[in-house]
Amino acid sequence: MKILIVDDEEELASTLAERLSLRGIDGRYALSGDEALRLATEEHFDVAVLDIKMPKLGGIQLKQRLQELRPGMRFLFLTGHGSDRDFEAGVTEVGEKYYLVKPLDIEQLIAKIRDLLRR
Amino acid sequence: MHRRFALRPLFWSLEGEPVGPYRPLFHFRRLWKTAVLLTLFVVLSPLGFMAVVDHRLSREVIERDIHYQTMRLVANTRQNITFFLSERKSSLAFIERDNTYEGLSQPLRLTALLDTLQKSFGDFTDLGVVNAEGLQHTYVGPYTLGGINYRDEEWFQVARETGIYISEVFLGFRRQPHLVVAVKDDLPNGSFYILRTSIGLNTLNRILGELEVSGQGDLFLVNREGVLQTPSRMFGPALEKIPLRMPPYADWIQVIEEAYGSETLVIGYAYIPDTPFVLLAVKNKANLMASWQKSRREWSFFLAGSVFAIVLVILGVSTHLVNQIYLADRQRTAMLHHMEYANKMASLGRLSAGIAHEINNPLAIINEKAGLIRDLFLLKKDYAEDPKLLALVDSIHKSVERCSRITRRLLHFARPSEGRVEELQIGEVIEEVLGFLGKEAEHRSIRVSVAVAPGTPMIRADRGRMQEIFLNLVDNAFGAMEDGGRLEIEARPVEGGLQVRVADNGCGIPAADLQRIFEPFFTTKDERGGTGLGLSITYGLVEEAGGRIEVSSEVGKGTEFRLFFPMTAPPARPKESRT
Repeated sequence: MKILIVDDEEELASTLAERLSLRGIDGRYALSGDEALRLATEEHFDVAVLDIKMPKLGGIQLKQRLQELRPGMRFLFLTGHGSDRDFEAGVTEVGEKYYLVKPLDIEQLIAKIRDLLRR
Repeated sequence: MHRRFALRPLFWSLEGEPVGPYRPLFHFRRLWKTAVLLTLFVVLSPLGFMAVVDHRLSREVIERDIHYQTMRLVANTRQNITFFLSERKSSLAFIERDNTYEGLSQPLRLTALLDTLQKSFGDFTDLGVVNAEGLQHTYVGPYTLGGINYRDEEWFQVARETGIYISEVFLGFRRQPHLVVAVKDDLPNGSFYILRTSIGLNTLNRILGELEVSGQGDLFLVNREGVLQTPSRMFGPALEKIPLRMPPYADWIQVIEEAYGSETLVIGYAYIPDTPFVLLAVKNKANLMASWQKSRREWSFFLAGSVFAIVLVILGVSTHLVNQIYLADRQRTAMLHHMEYANKMASLGRLSAGIAHEINNPLAIINEKAGLIRDLFLLKKDYAEDPKLLALVDSIHKSVERCSRITRRLLHFARPSEGRVEELQIGEVIEEVLGFLGKEAEHRSIRVSVAVAPGTPMIRADRGRMQEIFLNLVDNAFGAMEDGGRLEIEARPVEGGLQVRVADNGCGIPAADLQRIFEPFFTTKDERGGTGLGLSITYGLVEEAGGRIEVSSEVGKGTEFRLFFPMTAPPARPKESRT
């Protein structure tokens, strides 16, 4: 099981990836949409965890690009819940159960990932 | 205790009404007064004018009618009297022509003639024949007047000269008022004689008395000195002098008005030609006008009632309308309050959302780092002296530091504005505002450049209000721009103060809207929840700070706000520009 974490906060992305790895999940991270796309072309990921708000390429747009690239890929979204507008737009697009609000709980994240992969 | 008059409208006393932007739009008491006075003037002045004109016209008509009636009465009576006298004159002239002087000089013949006259007319008392020397040589009648010489009498002189004489009324021997008529007849030998008769006044009195004079009036004859020739209801029996000034001689009938005591008399008169008589018709004007006065009084009551009703209605309607305007104005003020509050809350909500996002990121990092430490303790055996753990703890500290920076800034920013004026560096204020909106700019790839020119002076203003001004302007610019836009903020010294330019390359504002953007409630972003108060409040805040704000815009190219603030401090140290 390979997970791609995309967040412009390196501290957050790297720590999350490491914690997943400690639990036996292969977690990789990217700091921008471009980097994520590059990684996705090189490797296969089962699930991508995307921050909604990122400079240049936001989570929602990145999801579409990744889906074109890797049709089988599943997605989870992270949000700082910063702006109601973005949050609501995202929720309607991907559904509330694929949403995680920062700061998040690692066990909940893993549960969601497993849940996503069972479908 | 002061008690409010129950009928006093709400707007009458406006103590405690707000001043400044929430003051009432009108001076309601003045508005009410103007409305009442104008309406009263417009309604009552034509009414008053018409009432006066009608009063004068109807009075003139009545007076003219009274004069006309009096004139007609005098004309008819004059005709009757003239006829009465000429009848008697003609009778004497007929007798003279029908008889010879010698025949008339015989008492028997004269007696027969007097008898005939008395039977025909009734009021002939006697008959006498007077020769050219003035001697009444033949006389028939109830008195012994035969042989009297009238040569030196006035009537004889007049009759000799003019051929006819009619005397004034006098008592004579019988102590009965009567008059004398004498007619001269020329003889073939060049001499003459005069036939003379006394006439009682019964017939004449009957003629005058029978005429009904309206308005308790009076109709009588006087001589030219004002002595009554016939009895008068008002002034007594014949031969009394009337207490009125004699009217001046006139050929034809005249009607005049004369004051008599407290009353006004309408006097119609005619000088009867070839006689000493003046016919007078005297009426009391007040009696004649009584019916008109009565109808006037009734009309006046009606008019006063109407005026009272009009005044009442005008007062009521004006009060009601002004009160409605007052209530609407109060509603407007309340709405303005409400909208400003809503706008404040919306700003606060936006601010909170930004802050939550800002803080959630470092919190997430703290969370993950702490989580990782826990993982390392639980999942790995060799944690002691592990440099990784120290790095993790450092990282946690850094995130905590980042959080506290945000909260410090937040406290600095959100401190309620109390109108506390302090020396401010405009660049600092702009940086503080961008501290909150910077993240949005980053996410939307909006390039924001801030340039504070060297020598830009400090300003004295309230920090919170200045932040609100720039927050509104920057937020507005962000709203107008597509992602990837450019916002330029420049501050530079100008004469007397400093100018700040906030320019975006957004959608721009159409010229028609540009004139109205500072008006309260004017908004073009209804669908995005704009209250239309942001720029209006900004405008108010800039003015409050003693500054002014201008705007220019071009659709499709962008909008530029220029703010001018007066200088209150010497130029600050040159500050580096940042892009």
